Order: sequence, then structure tokens, then C-alpha cells
Amino acid sequence: MDFLRRLFGRSHESAGVAKERLQLVLAQDRTNISSETLNVLKDEIIAVISQHVEIDRANVQVSMTHTNQGDQLIANIPVIAARAPVPPAAERPKRARSRRAHAARA
Amino acid sequence: MPGRVITITSGKGGVGKTTATANIGVALARRGQRVACVDADIGLRNLDVVMGLENRIVYDLVDVVEGRARLRQALIKDKRLPELQLLPAAQTRDKSAVNEKQMTKLCDDLKKEFDFVLIDSPAGIERGFKNSIAPADELLIIVTPEVSAVRDADRVIGLVEANEKPSPKLIINRLRPAMVKRGEMMDTADVLEVLAIELIGIVPEDDTIITSTNKGQPVALEDRSAAGAAFTRIARRLLGEDVPFQVFDESPGLLERFARLFRNP
Repeated sequence: MDFLRRLFGRSHESAGVAKERLQLVLAQDRTNISSETLNVLKDEIIAVISQHVEIDRANVQVSMTHTNQGDQLIANIPVIAARAPVPPAAERPKRARSRRAHAARA
Repeated sequence: MPGRVITITSGKGGVGKTTATANIGVALARRGQRVACVDADIGLRNLDVVMGLENRIVYDLVDVVEGRARLRQALIKDKRLPELQLLPAAQTRDKSAVNEKQMTKLCDDLKKEFDFVLIDSPAGIERGFKNSIAPADELLIIVTPEVSAVRDADRVIGLVEANEKPSPKLIINRLRPAMVKRGEMMDTADVLEVLAIELIGIVPEDDTIITSTNKGQPVALEDRSAAGAAFTRIARRLLGEDVPFQVFDESPGLLERFARLFRNP
């Protein structure tokens, strides 16, 4: 199996990994935002947003990343909802069918 | 018409600045241009050895800057190509021996006598690098298709632009087409996408560079090697010629793959 893979196979595409890592590291290098600064930023963002809406502080993520639109500072902030979430349609009780069946019997 | 001062730099060490300076210099001289190659790596000189002129050094760049010798006395004429001359670095001093003003004055003098002044920059971003970019009219950045070299090149590009120098042009050096084909090495497009500057040359990995340095005979002296041909194309582009970029396609055939399997279990 290994024999065949080496005869016909391609390698683990480490070049792709290299390019992705480069873009990430350059996003940080270019904007000169250290991980220290990012932590401070995160705390300040949490403080400001918390004044207006309740958020899940433990799961806030702030990072420098690289996307199609270039280098970006991304903040993911989970918001705590004001009421319990509505269940999807399939789980709602099937009252309509039993009424028709009841009418057919009558 | 004054000469063009072109600095060859990279940030990362060992990516081929000295080899490129020597060979682009040779290629330009072969085309009749008067070229002065300047070794700005004071304390760790290598351009002399790569060009095979190490036995002819009498005076060096620091001697000229400190007034112990005139430029004409320090410049070494290459016997193979009369239009090519070398200003060697000092070996027993360090980068603090020269400042940016002195380098610029030196290059202003050289510009009057030469069509091209090629400055071989040292690695790093400290004094030696700053000295070598100060007089530059144009810059060439050498990069290999590897994470650390590209990262350093990006920093250097930023520094060069911050110094209000014109946008540098890129030479991708030591490309290995077979590895690129297998997805194990970044290709030209990948590097260009990340660095986003204009490409001026692609030089493939070539063992003849080692043998040529062993002998002190830059590959561009003859028309035999792939790397030599690549450096010659770069020289032609510097002279304004529209030379298309080589497509390196080194895909081993099925039989060769088969043979390799038994060679490397």
C-alpha cells in the first residue's frame, strides 16, 4: 500500500501549511500587535460591550488573522440571550392530525 | 548620465545576496555595462571570494572612507571582464567603521564612473543594512521560498518603504521545481501573494553554484548553468528588456519514480 502511495501519491501539502502560517505570522508582525496588547484589548472590549449587553465573558475570543479581505482583528463575542431559545418546528406537538382522525371517527 | 546604485538585500542570511550580486554584476559587464560591485559586509567579507578576487585586495572600502587610499587604488579590476570592478569590504573592522553619509558619498563618486553600482548588503537590519540602503536608487530583495526567509523579507520591505526608498523588486532564489510540484515547497505565486512586490527574477536551485564558488568563477561567466541563465535574465530586465519568466517544470516521469523507490526504501 505504501509502495503504491509512493509511486502515485502526492505529499502532505506542507507548502499550503507554510503559506497559511506565513500569512498569520505576518498579520501579527505587520500590525505590531503583541499577544500582550491583544489580551489588554480583549479585557477592554469585554468591559465596553458588557455595559450594553450581557455576554459570555469566558468564551470571548480576540485575535489577529488573515482573510480574503486582508489582515483583520477579529473579536468573537457570545451574547447571552434574554429568553430561552425557541425549539425547531419538528419537535412541536402534533395536535392537528389527531383532531382530523377524531372527526373521521365521529 | 550617472550610474544606477542598486542594493541587494534580504534580511535573512544565507539566501544568496552575495552570489546574486556577483553574478548580476558579471552578466551586466558581459553586456558591456561598467559595473562596480561593492561589498558592504564589513568584517565578514565574501564578495571577493565568490568573485575569485580575494588574492588581489590591497585596499578596501574602509581605507577609502578613512582617507588612506583613493577609490581608484582600492577598486580591483576583474581580468576576465575589464568592465567589472570590485570594492572589497574590510575584514578586520566591523559595521561601525562606516556611516550612511560616508556610504552615500562613496556611491556618488562611483556613480560618475560606472553604469551600475551593485551593493552587496549584509544580513540583518542594523547598521550594515542601513549603510547599504542609504545610497540606493533601486533595491532588490532576495528571498528563498521558505517561511523564515519570506518573513524577514517582509520586515525588510517595510523598513525600506519607511525609509522612503522606491519599492524593491523581488528575486526568488533556490527554487526547487520538483518540491514545488509535490506541494512541499511554496511556489512563486505563493511568495508573490504574501510579499506583494514586483518580481524581477526566479533562480532555480543549482549545484553548479557550489562548484563555481569553490573555484571563484561566477556561473554567469558562461552560458552553461540554469542559475547562470537566470541571473543573466535578471541583468537583461535591469537593462529594460522585456524577458518572460521561465516556467520551471520538473515533474519526474513514472519510470524515474519507480527507479527512485528502489534507491530510497
